[in-house]
Amino acid sequence: MTTATSKPEAGHGAAAENRWLRAYRQMVRIRLFEEQVNELYTRALMPGLAHLYSGQEAVAVGICEALHIDDYITSTHRGHGHCLAKGASPDRMFAELLGKEAGYCRGKGGSMHIADPATGNLGANAIVGGSVGIATGAAFAAKRLVNGRVAVCFFGEGALGQGSLYEVMNLAQLWKLPVIYVCENNLYNEYTHFSETTAGTILGRAAAFGLESALVDGQDVRAVNEVATRLVKRARAGDGPAFLQADTYRYSGHHVGDINREYYRSKQEEQLWKTERDPIKQHANWLLTQGHADAAALDRITSEARAEMEAAVKFAIAAPYPSVDQVEQDVYA
Amino acid sequence: MPERELTFAQAVREALAEEMRRDSRVCIFGEDVAEAGTPFKVLSGLVEEFGAERVVDTPISEAGFTGVGVGAAMTGLRPVVDIMFGDFLTLTMDQMVNQAAKAHYMSGGHWRVPMVMRTTLGATRRSAAQHSQSLHAWFSHVPGLKVVLPSTPHDAKGLLKTAIRDENPVIFFEDKMMYKLKGPVPAEDYTIPLGVADVKRKGDDITLVATSSMVQVALGAANMLEKEGISAEVVDPRTTWPLDEKTIIESAKKTSRVIVLDEGYGRYGVTAELAAVIAEGAFYDLDAPVKRMGAMHVPIPFSPPLEDVTVPTEQTVTEAVRQMCNK
Repeated sequence: MTTATSKPEAGHGAAAENRWLRAYRQMVRIRLFEEQVNELYTRALMPGLAHLYSGQEAVAVGICEALHIDDYITSTHRGHGHCLAKGASPDRMFAELLGKEAGYCRGKGGSMHIADPATGNLGANAIVGGSVGIATGAAFAAKRLVNGRVAVCFFGEGALGQGSLYEVMNLAQLWKLPVIYVCENNLYNEYTHFSETTAGTILGRAAAFGLESALVDGQDVRAVNEVATRLVKRARAGDGPAFLQADTYRYSGHHVGDINREYYRSKQEEQLWKTERDPIKQHANWLLTQGHADAAALDRITSEARAEMEAAVKFAIAAPYPSVDQVEQDVYA
Repeated sequence: MPERELTFAQAVREALAEEMRRDSRVCIFGEDVAEAGTPFKVLSGLVEEFGAERVVDTPISEAGFTGVGVGAAMTGLRPVVDIMFGDFLTLTMDQMVNQAAKAHYMSGGHWRVPMVMRTTLGATRRSAAQHSQSLHAWFSHVPGLKVVLPSTPHDAKGLLKTAIRDENPVIFFEDKMMYKLKGPVPAEDYTIPLGVADVKRKGDDITLVATSSMVQVALGAANMLEKEGISAEVVDPRTTWPLDEKTIIESAKKTSRVIVLDEGYGRYGVTAELAAVIAEGAFYDLDAPVKRMGAMHVPIPFSPPLEDVTVPTEQTVTEAVRQMCNK
């Protein structure tokens, strides 16, 4: 087993090293992006609110690392992680969060609506379950146009309460569409534990439609990536849709302003997930024990990501707002 | 040689067939659209020509397949989504209002939703409250959507072809009672731009601004009034958005009296908007307040004598015109 070097492609097993170090870097970038978002909120530099993805990084990264750049994703109000994992650039993301013209949506979308055609991101969606039809439609188009693409539909367990999800799962299975429904179960529908809102089992819903389904530890990026790779492969081969339940945890509140959370979950619970089940720490330990990297290499990744995020925030703060005459642009194509 | 005549339903079908031949990205989704050709038989024969991959029968899942239409439109197809009865539009509202209408704007102009939703409107089929509504005003209210209301076979073909070629979500309302109406329809490829009103009948004494099902009612009333010496102009906006305000205002200024007719509910409805446009644009040329006529503010009842009084007719329009013209 080789140890990490500055030229990992030189050694035996280099491809695996590259891949898992890259996954680590992606998760760290998401975590540090969200730290900056929270900072922008607390310093009153960001208009509105944002919903942080911290704690769930292994899901977005594990799945998006199994996708091609032109595969489609749809995302949620808690979408920064999906967006970064699919390849978006943090400077234009921060610019969007601040309502600047340089943002991905020219400032018109904000945190909950970032979309990026260049990376197949059909958009984050602020209606819970609002994008399930769009992802399924993208899969329909991919099949009909025979372009080999797959669509991944990210949603939280809160969307299990929306009937349209079951409508499109039925359609996707009938029509054997290349779509993967990814249910990120972070345990909380906003401020309510999912056990209070969800009868039966999550995978039982997929089974009812005969969908290929799987349950994965959403804090384990390698496990997520392994199952995602399998499901993407079969979707791309024309074997139809799949449903993946990824159990995970949302470190912060429903949004950045949700500070006092004791009425719906305990601090001990939060602490336990952060200390015992953190996806970044767990993956770092694995990288170290497997000899894929040393502590210095991981520190370097963190400091590079931190510098990238700080520069991106600086760019966004300095960027100009759109001129007021743009308010009526792009209502119609 | 006499002009070729088609029914309204045949004109819609011809527009779809021509566009599907012209552009392989055009496909149809909906309940019973394939072999059944819809309960109104508007789509008969299309699945035989274009196959089940392009004329796609769906489960009874309006929200689901509308969402699929939105996503497919964003990623390279030109779907025509069929909502059998306009009343079922309620089930599609999130997909149309929050998704289709906003995807282009929210993404800063990056994504487009070139999708058509075909559906129906209109009462008097003895179908009761959940199969008789005219809900086009709801969609006209939402920025990002376009709303088309053809009133003749000729307009139906030309407007539908334009709607399919449009880069935006367009909702196309067909009056169920009009499917058997015959009229001249050119066999060749032609389009009618959205946002251009059509003066269906010239007149001098009063303007009847009428949409969809009410255009035929207005024309019938105008014929009756002609015998009484009242010359009514009938203006058909053809689309509620974009709206050809200029043609409507010019006619109002010319005749100085206006009745607006639309089968939707009057309150906060299309007639309210049209009356406001006329009041703002022609107030000083008017000899009387603009009058609005639409569906009564009740759920459409089943019983024939009750249903028949809920929508304007040639008789009620004629009477309203006489009163306004003091004749």
